[in-house]
Amino acid sequence: MTLPLQTRSAEVRLQGVGKRYGQIQAVKPLDLVIEGGTLVTLLGPSGCGKTTLLRLIAGLEQATEGQLFIGGRDVTLLPAGERNVSMVFQSYALFPHMSVLDNVAYGLVSSGLRKREAHVRAEATLEVVGLKGFGTRLPSEMSGGQQQRVAVARALVLEPEVLLFDEPLSNLDARLRRSMREEIRALQQRLGLTVVYVTHDQAEALAVSDKIVVMRNAEIAQVGTPEELYTQPNSVFVATFMGEANHIRGRIEAVEDGVARVALDALRIDLPARGMAPGEVDIVVRPEAVRIGPDGQGGMLPATVSRATYMGSHTEYYFATPVGDLFSLGADRLARRMVGDAIGLHFDPEGVVLVRP
Amino acid sequence: MKARPMRFAGSTLFFWTLAAIGTALVPWHMQQDGLSAGGLMALGQQDPEAASALWQAMAHGRFWFWPVVACLVLALPGALPAATASRRAGFLLAGGGLGLAAIVAQGLAIGVMGWSFPWLETTFGELGDRQFGIGLGACMAFIGCLVMLTDGLALRGLFRGDRFVSGAVGLLVASIVIFTAWPVLTMLSQMFTPRGDLGVGAALADRLFDRKIWGLACLGSSVNCGVFWNTLALATSTATAATILGLCFALIVTRTAFPAKRAMRLLTVLPIITPPFVIGLGLILIFGRSGVVNQLVEATFGVQLGRWIYGFDGVFLAQVFSFTPTAFLVLIGVVEGISPTMEEASQTLRASKMRTFRSVTLPLMIPGLANAWLVVFVESLADFGNPIVLGGSYGVLSTEIFFAVVGAQQDFGRAAVLAGIMLVVGLCAFLLQRAVVGRRSYVSVTGKGDAGLQQTLPRPVKIVAFAVAIPWAILTVTVYCMALAGAFVRVWGRDWTPTLSHFRRAFAIEWAPDGRMLFSGGAWHSLFTTIELAATAAPITASIGLLAAWVLTRQRFVGRTALEFSLMLTFAVPGTVIGVAYILTYNIPPLEITGTAMILIACFVFRNLPVGVRSGVAAMSQLDKSLDEAAITLRASTFRALTTIVLPLLKPAIVTALVYSFVRAMTTVSAVIFLVSAEYEMATVFIINRVINGDYGLAIAYCAVLIVLMMTAIGLINLLVGRRKLGRRVAAAPAALPVGGRA
Repeated sequence: MTLPLQTRSAEVRLQGVGKRYGQIQAVKPLDLVIEGGTLVTLLGPSGCGKTTLLRLIAGLEQATEGQLFIGGRDVTLLPAGERNVSMVFQSYALFPHMSVLDNVAYGLVSSGLRKREAHVRAEATLEVVGLKGFGTRLPSEMSGGQQQRVAVARALVLEPEVLLFDEPLSNLDARLRRSMREEIRALQQRLGLTVVYVTHDQAEALAVSDKIVVMRNAEIAQVGTPEELYTQPNSVFVATFMGEANHIRGRIEAVEDGVARVALDALRIDLPARGMAPGEVDIVVRPEAVRIGPDGQGGMLPATVSRATYMGSHTEYYFATPVGDLFSLGADRLARRMVGDAIGLHFDPEGVVLVRP
Repeated sequence: MKARPMRFAGSTLFFWTLAAIGTALVPWHMQQDGLSAGGLMALGQQDPEAASALWQAMAHGRFWFWPVVACLVLALPGALPAATASRRAGFLLAGGGLGLAAIVAQGLAIGVMGWSFPWLETTFGELGDRQFGIGLGACMAFIGCLVMLTDGLALRGLFRGDRFVSGAVGLLVASIVIFTAWPVLTMLSQMFTPRGDLGVGAALADRLFDRKIWGLACLGSSVNCGVFWNTLALATSTATAATILGLCFALIVTRTAFPAKRAMRLLTVLPIITPPFVIGLGLILIFGRSGVVNQLVEATFGVQLGRWIYGFDGVFLAQVFSFTPTAFLVLIGVVEGISPTMEEASQTLRASKMRTFRSVTLPLMIPGLANAWLVVFVESLADFGNPIVLGGSYGVLSTEIFFAVVGAQQDFGRAAVLAGIMLVVGLCAFLLQRAVVGRRSYVSVTGKGDAGLQQTLPRPVKIVAFAVAIPWAILTVTVYCMALAGAFVRVWGRDWTPTLSHFRRAFAIEWAPDGRMLFSGGAWHSLFTTIELAATAAPITASIGLLAAWVLTRQRFVGRTALEFSLMLTFAVPGTVIGVAYILTYNIPPLEITGTAMILIACFVFRNLPVGVRSGVAAMSQLDKSLDEAAITLRASTFRALTTIVLPLLKPAIVTALVYSFVRAMTTVSAVIFLVSAEYEMATVFIINRVINGDYGLAIAYCAVLIVLMMTAIGLINLLVGRRKLGRRVAAAPAALPVGGRA
């Protein structure tokens, strides 16, 4: 299939970029490289500075420190219109007084294209997002998902070097959100776009990203692929933000050849040391890695079932243990346990990771 | 995508060229007989007054233009797109900034009598020369330099590097300085001019502590008090009475099932379309010496009621009639803003209706009531029409200022002191009002629809409200009817023959022998002038107002709060003060626009700017900010985003601003009475002169025509600009149809 759009994806590089409003530091100076043709998500709780960072890249805010390069060009001082980026807004920001076609053609006309030519290209782009023939409608006459696509088409038609999404799916219902995120991901890969995508939903981030930038308190907590972040978080914050996790304290008894022997009450478990020396350590245990051991076997973590909730496909258990409360999913391959049962627990090392305290 | 073609128009180079043409080619000064096409080319003019600045400097030895020329040369490298941004910024800031300073300095330094300041004369020696007001060339140079300066600031990264925003802010600041701050300061400085053999300090003290201003003789005797106390007493009593009346009306309209509620709401439109003397005239026709009531009383009881209406009582009555609708309008919002849930909560806590009203409803309204009181207070303070018609010997500040300026005394020092006092009182009220409105947070207007119904009034309150409001409403209608009826009888009180002669005298149209229409009535000239000037001022007011609103709500920059505050501050300056300030400032070079249409238009624009700004701010805050941001990221310039996205979505606000500024320009009198000339006479001033001559019939006929005209204008503008429907409403309409069909 030949695409009517050319892609000119470019790399985005931030060097010490920060933003300060008076006394408040909205984004602390940070370095980040977003490779061309990849989809990178800015993920974090509300107020962490992810939207501000996106707006800094868009040029809607100006960095108070550092330099920003798009495709190797220093754009730090350039206004939004001269940066060759496009943005899809959370509210879509479709112009309510213009037809869909005029909305999509707006950027082309702004760039000095003749109206007729702009309309031809707008029409072609609408076809790319699957809205052929909707050009004469007003935005208000379309559904939420269609409006979303118009917003994407409007941004795409300018063949931007970088496409920015600001929580684009937060106005859609859960089912539509799932299909739209697949669509955005497919479009990005088909056209090889560089996309920066802001969301606070970790499932969405895991589903669409090549790389995720987790942000916290106006700075980057960790950058990595979805898998890296899930299996090798560098902090308890990242671990608990990327999916469900139990957080307990333990002690490394010895390190040998990069393998740490960790003691949790009676339980001994060997884990990758990740450069840590013997001593106190934070341990992150995914709920699906918590296993109930055979009755009466030694060398386990003694526990009591404090709550059991039947969820259909599995049962959720809460355990009270000497090292703290633990939560588990899918630990009921064996017989169901009742509240008050005394049992022994062990962990699947795949779902356990050591984090520097 | 191709690079955008460099556009010349609007670029920095364009404005440099504008300034250069203004300096080198076009006559710098204002031309006495207007500007002819031939006179445009002013390089090489024999007459120095008709020459351009460059030529005046080269051929006529006027060395004070060289700095202007030098600054333009300095700015040129910055205007060319070749150099780096920071170097260009340097040249533009230096050239544009110094250029502005040079233009202003040369304009202020030399007036019609040579050097304006003695120290300049001692430095440079006697100047055998003078200069008149600035003209086309100077304006072009000024605007050019201003934009170069703001471009330089934008290139430095201020205003997020946005040239348009930077230019808009520059324009706003310059116009506030030129048309408000400068005149007001000039006027206030008149306080310090020495008088007779008195020095600066003594003259000031003499004026400031005048017994005619501060005297308290009225407390012990029948002599009048000082004007300050008069004004204060009048404004306080008017504000109190109008607030109480307004509250009664508001309660009836919002909290009862009174059948004529809609008609009552119409009252709120009255002050907008009423020329300022209609009420005063109506009262004269009822209570004046030959008024209806006086004649009846005299015929029945043989008692002469005399001329009690002229004085405090009359002005008070007229002002209460005039400003009750204003208080009403403010208080409707206040009463509706109280969340019914609080009253319901009170009732579930076993409070009686009366107790709920006293302990919940009323306390919640207090900030709103204070606001209404202060609004009326300021209106009364600034009111000129009613006191001039009915005041008699009871002087208030606004009329005293008028008589100090136009009377035999021509005492500008006294006018300045009076205006200064008025300004201080007005500013105090304004600051107080801001503080009160700022505290209003607990009047619960949220986006969510509040559950619950508005409570009905407790019986005693209802009775009081009706007892006060209904007679007053009837009285208001009577006054208006009387006022208008006066236009249709020959001589009120003496000869009741119905006649149209007043209209004929004012608005007669004859046919000349050659078939042309001749507007031979006496009022045509002022009517045409008024419409023309009001229609010219309205779009300017609306655009500056909306621009200001947009800058204030949408842009973040250093000094935004200061700009907002100074804009708001200009609203607090009473009209009379502005009028005096304008004649004092614009009588003499450098900006010599007294007697022209320009001074009237400037006056209208800057007096009515609040309406434009307020309606703009209100509308803008309902418009999602990401709409403009989307346009910006879609490569639209800020200007294009404003014109293609924001303005089309703001149509209702634009219509409001246009209508109000047009109508208010037609009905204003306090400031323009100082500014009219034979050529540019305004309707309101024409009317007031008829009133002063005792020719009530014609004055009233004219008022009637104005009212009809303004109602037509409001309807027409509404129709013309139209309320373009947003997509939302278009979509809602077809969806609503089947529902209606089913029902």
